[in-house]
Amino acid sequence: MSPFASIVRRDLRLAARAGGSILTLVVFFALVATLVPFAVGPERELLRRLGPAIIWIAALLALLITSERLYRDDHEDGSLAAMRLARLPLEVTIAGKLLAHWLTTAVPLMVVTPPLAVLYDLDGATLLRTELTLLIGTPALISYVGIGAAITVALRRGGLIAPVLVLPLTVPTLIFGIAAIRPLLAGTAATALMFLIGFSLIAIVIAPFAAALALRMGAE
Amino acid sequence: MTDGAPSVGFFSRLANPGHFLAWSRYAIAPLAVAAALLVAIGLWLALLGSPEDYQMGSTVRIMYVHVPNAWLAQLCYGVMALAALGTLVWRHPLADVTAKAAAPLGAAFTAIALMTGSLWGRPTWGTFWEWDGRMTSTLVLLFIYLGIIVLWRTFEDQARAGRVIAVFTLVGAVNIPIIKFSVDWWNTLHQPASVFRAGGPTMPASILAPLLTMTAAFTVLFAVLQIVSMRTEILRRRADSMQRRHASELSARPA
Amino acid sequence: MIDLGEHWAFVVSAYAVATVAVAALIGWVVADARRQRARLAELEAKGIRRRSGGPWA
Repeated sequence: MSPFASIVRRDLRLAARAGGSILTLVVFFALVATLVPFAVGPERELLRRLGPAIIWIAALLALLITSERLYRDDHEDGSLAAMRLARLPLEVTIAGKLLAHWLTTAVPLMVVTPPLAVLYDLDGATLLRTELTLLIGTPALISYVGIGAAITVALRRGGLIAPVLVLPLTVPTLIFGIAAIRPLLAGTAATALMFLIGFSLIAIVIAPFAAALALRMGAE
Repeated sequence: MTDGAPSVGFFSRLANPGHFLAWSRYAIAPLAVAAALLVAIGLWLALLGSPEDYQMGSTVRIMYVHVPNAWLAQLCYGVMALAALGTLVWRHPLADVTAKAAAPLGAAFTAIALMTGSLWGRPTWGTFWEWDGRMTSTLVLLFIYLGIIVLWRTFEDQARAGRVIAVFTLVGAVNIPIIKFSVDWWNTLHQPASVFRAGGPTMPASILAPLLTMTAAFTVLFAVLQIVSMRTEILRRRADSMQRRHASELSARPA
Repeated sequence: MIDLGEHWAFVVSAYAVATVAVAALIGWVVADARRQRARLAELEAKGIRRRSGGPWA
């Protein structure tokens, strides 16, 4: 098994052992999506219009709160230092961790999206497009979360700082993700989707390098 | 130009914080005077010496105080980004200080740009906040500044803070144009009709004079504030290390 | 008198906001500078030496 794959497997196993955290994540996601109608009212047309946006925001928030999990445990038990000094480039290690993180956070969210779509009375096409944009956009979100977590890994009072750093960076992903679901003007959905794919790819490529640099700079 | 050990290069001498303290002190007064003069001339030009805009009327005068701050919002981030490169690539000891000093200044100018922009928008567009591309990306920029300021305050080890913040600053530098692009795109999505673009396609000379003067004034103001802040930061670090040394000496003394 | 047109209130407010904010910024920078210089002077008066060499000493 390639070193990259073994990193992914390791993190997947650790996440599986962590047990309730995936459930917590999914429940948080569903709760946020459930809370919004209490705030805006149950008017069906409004909810149908807002649905994809609320699901996206709820997913974004849910991914933000998982950022602690990425490096904290490894930092505390010394594995992060070992990874930094290992022969396998730190960038590859981080890429593996990010992939495992995506599998254990974004994928469960995408699985839970259809029932939430029912809450918002979304039609099948909209749901499909929402899932598609989540599929393409969540890797970008995880990338930014990965960078933010690397920057704040050693901070004890870290708390909300990582989300504060990450949120501005996610604006383009959010904009293009939502725009790709419902075309407001003719042809914009396809354009948005292309932009989303493009920026997601850029984010995925940059993140391991930026996060590795942040981890190294923080450890000197 | 780069050499090994013996001769101390120009930049290395510049890099020494003690040296910086020595020469920068003579820069403060002249810069402050220059800033004051430029502000005086600029204000006169802005309020008295220039005509109204044929489209915007008297509210164009707000532009003379909004645009310089919007420009500084970008410039300060540019300074921080260059400083970040200085930290990561050259380990320049003044780079940290530069970056840390520029952050609150940049945040302040961004906030002023937003407030004056909002006051400009009300008579022009009818609302205090129009989700247009420029204002919205400036708002996101403010959040990035505030995040960086928070980071400086949260790290105990300021040297480590400087390095890590440098990484984040560069990540931000790459993302800010993307954010601006996406916000502009988002804006045209929701307002297909062309929004009134303040400033118009051509800038008559009567607008240029007060605009450029005020921009120069604010830039010089930033320069003097930046130098003073850098000096303060160097003094703060000296005091910190003295306190630390004193504390460790005290604890090393026999009872 | 300066003719600021019908939206004079907004022009005045904008300049007022900018002036107050810039004044506050200058005040903060100056106050911080004074505070650090005082702190350094106090430490030096206590006879705490600086280690020579190194950029921050």
